[in-house]
Amino acid sequence: MKTAVIVFPGSNCDRDIAVALEDVTGVKPHMVWHGEASLPDGIGLIALPGGFSYGDYLRCGAIAARSPVVRAVIAAAERGVPVLGICNGFQILTETGLLPGALMRNEGLDFVCRDVALTVGNSQSIFTSGYRADEQITIPVAHHDGNYFTDADTLDRLEDEGRVAFRYAESVNGSARGIAGLLNAQGNVLGMMPHPERRIEAAHGGSDGRRLFEGLLEAVA
Amino acid sequence: MKLRIIVTLKNGVLDPQGKAIQHALAGLGFGGVQDVRAGKIFELDVADDTSDSAVDEMCRKLLANTVIENYRVERAQESQG
Repeated sequence: MKTAVIVFPGSNCDRDIAVALEDVTGVKPHMVWHGEASLPDGIGLIALPGGFSYGDYLRCGAIAARSPVVRAVIAAAERGVPVLGICNGFQILTETGLLPGALMRNEGLDFVCRDVALTVGNSQSIFTSGYRADEQITIPVAHHDGNYFTDADTLDRLEDEGRVAFRYAESVNGSARGIAGLLNAQGNVLGMMPHPERRIEAAHGGSDGRRLFEGLLEAVA
Repeated sequence: MKLRIIVTLKNGVLDPQGKAIQHALAGLGFGGVQDVRAGKIFELDVADDTSDSAVDEMCRKLLANTVIENYRVERAQESQG
């Protein structure tokens, strides 16, 4: 599968996700700079990496969401191309409106950087087919703004529609209903604060993150 | 034309930053501060013929995230007479 990693000024997990994608797919991802107006042909997955795009100016992900390449990402997502946003990538996806809600400053105001326990909320999506429903997994987080917020009606709807892909199984950042990862209505866009690309081999302390990429590869192959 | 755009969190949206500032004020001995809400101010210098609807669009499309924030626009020129 051909994949693309979008690189913004201030991205710092672009190399990690590229290594993870190459390891699992066997194909080196296309690294696409933020100023590009289009994506390479035949891309099967677009990854928006973690980091501090544009220095987190204005709001986390706000400037990236209006960048030229993200217009192409939005168009691709609307055509059904899978899009995975991790950490800053999740913030960017909410700023584009591809995912509802917003990611606010962590409730405790601290930058949280550690392994956290997650519960798989939906194992039916292309991104989560490598997991069992309600399974508990461990994936690291590293963020200052991961406190998911949206109104109560939207939260109810997201839960009813099975769009909560991952939930924190412990107190992390004050996120509404413990939401750690969210799917769009079509199921081809996933935003998540935890970093699966940092948990792909034994040297990382486990490979729970790897299963996301393996499941995705199998689901879309 | 100079504009001042004030962006604040909506009522009901928790503001941990405001809470921390409130606690810091209390720690400095300023009692009776019941609530603090942190926000942002943007000062824009725009062409005189910029329409209200264009300014409104700037706010909605970029300056404020209307999921969590409200905005209001003040026109500096009016007070200059």
